[in-house]
Amino acid sequence: MMWKKVLLAAMVAGSLAACSSPKGPTDPNAAGAAGMNGKNGANASGMYGQGGLNGSGNGMGADGSGNPLTDPKSVLSKRSVFFDFDSSLVKDEYKPLVQAHSEFLKKNQTRKVIIQGNTDVRGSSEYNLALGQRRAESVKSMMRVIGVPENQLEAVSYGKEKPRATGMGEADHAQNRRSDIVYDGE
Amino acid sequence: MPKFLFHYVLLPLLLLCSLSVRANDLTIEVVGGGTNRHAIALPEFGLESALPGGLTPIIQSDLARTGVFSFVDPNKVNNRPIDPAQIDYPAWLGAGTMSIAVGKVTAGAGGTITVEFHLFDAARKTRLTGASFSIQPNQSRQLAHRIADMIYEAITGKKGIFGTRIAYVIKHSANSYSLQVADADGANGFTLLRSSEPIISPAWSPEGGRLAYVSFESKKPVVYVHDVSSGSRRAVANFKGSNSAPAWSPDGSRLAVVLTRDGHSQIYAVSANGGEAVRLSNSNAIDTEPAYSADGSRIYFTSDRAGGPQIYVMGAGGGSAQRVTFEGNYNVSPTPAPDGTALAFVRREAGRFRVMVQETATGQANYVTDTHYDESPSFAPNGQMLVYASEQGGRGVLFTVTRDGSTKTRLTTSGGDIRAPVWGPYPR
Repeated sequence: MMWKKVLLAAMVAGSLAACSSPKGPTDPNAAGAAGMNGKNGANASGMYGQGGLNGSGNGMGADGSGNPLTDPKSVLSKRSVFFDFDSSLVKDEYKPLVQAHSEFLKKNQTRKVIIQGNTDVRGSSEYNLALGQRRAESVKSMMRVIGVPENQLEAVSYGKEKPRATGMGEADHAQNRRSDIVYDGE
Repeated sequence: MPKFLFHYVLLPLLLLCSLSVRANDLTIEVVGGGTNRHAIALPEFGLESALPGGLTPIIQSDLARTGVFSFVDPNKVNNRPIDPAQIDYPAWLGAGTMSIAVGKVTAGAGGTITVEFHLFDAARKTRLTGASFSIQPNQSRQLAHRIADMIYEAITGKKGIFGTRIAYVIKHSANSYSLQVADADGANGFTLLRSSEPIISPAWSPEGGRLAYVSFESKKPVVYVHDVSSGSRRAVANFKGSNSAPAWSPDGSRLAVVLTRDGHSQIYAVSANGGEAVRLSNSNAIDTEPAYSADGSRIYFTSDRAGGPQIYVMGAGGGSAQRVTFEGNYNVSPTPAPDGTALAFVRREAGRFRVMVQETATGQANYVTDTHYDESPSFAPNGQMLVYASEQGGRGVLFTVTRDGSTKTRLTTSGGDIRAPVWGPYPR
């Protein structure tokens, strides 16, 4: 019968369509590999040398748009770890961020970061400077454990002196309890 | 509420003195007063109106801040003495006067001014103090402070602080800060350092010629020592990590500072000229806010080694520390009185940050403020008053307060938030 042939043809066509390769994210290493012979040559001291596959951060990003440190699609463009009141513990939700920056620094050993700790605006300036330092050291320690060398890291504090949010509500305080990762040259 | 606050603040004999003196950029206003005050009369000195700012208004403003004096209104007494021989004692006694100061201004030789004043006990008609001075006209304000010092000493037996200076930081905006020095009444302010990054923790050297402070101008905290008259300065602590909280040893040779180069905030000593740092504190916690005792033998500091921040004390060479505060879970900013008789600090309780003074003799600690966000208490060199930073109407302001909490003065600026005050030493 005619309708059975049409159905069979449709099923075969459908199966063939399902077999085509899916459009997933491009392999980030593939872009880097393309860089080995090309765009990163000026920054890399060799294919396997100090510059690393991604050069000095000027190499191609995951989607080819440029600097991974500032590419909004890259976790590396996220620089802030937020903390609970009176706490310097890095919460689970921020561990992937710290991990990503650590891996970047391990691959790019000429890059350095300053980790700036901050607190909310209440209380003694100097005690808050020390609390902010603890928040910076907390992120730095995690990076050291992951394997980033000491000479690429410095932890400093702004305490309560440079608040990002200037109000006195709980949401403002939460914004200010923070460590920021800042790269050399920024 | 602590008993003394009830007796000295709430009881009916509160006199509200709203004397306002505009001085440079800071406006000063006196509020409150204690009981049992000494009633002094300050009739206008002869020809004092020829001097900028006069004399008796400055003297009265100085004496009013101490909480020790009340002021007899000269307009209520029909007597205008400028010489002791002209004092009509019954008239002044009738107005409740306990002592009366008379004085006059005359032209001296070569453009100088001669000022003569005398302080007399109104009941006994005896002279308590007085002097004759020869000054340049532009020194009249400082002379008024000197006369206020002499009157204060004659009545209380304590040294006056009216010729001293204060330093403080003004935050004009998020990228504009000034470190300033002014007279203790806020007059004659000038800028030592202007920066687009924060400045915190100024500290006067014991001889009053240098200020240490923390500047963030190189994007991290670094300790500087700054010569006040020449304006020259050097970085004395610029180690890896954060450098902060400078505190002078009483002999002016060393600074205790807080460094994080070992991975957490600890107290070190450096020479006032910079150089190597020797670690003094020894904990795995935050140790910060060092403050030398008046005799230089010990260092008070804040530590959260027991969980929350509390005040501890250790020998000036480091070593074991003893805990000083045991009430409440947040006690910071230890500030020993210059005569060793008290310790001021800040306690956070129910979300409020307030200055407390603990008398060493009794161990009794009382709040001396009733505001919400107090910081940076600093004693005047005679230990009878403190200056501290607070917030009022959404702005940073300074207050002075007497040691018993009874009399307050507010210092405000139109230029921004004023913070981090520190009281300078006696002038030399």
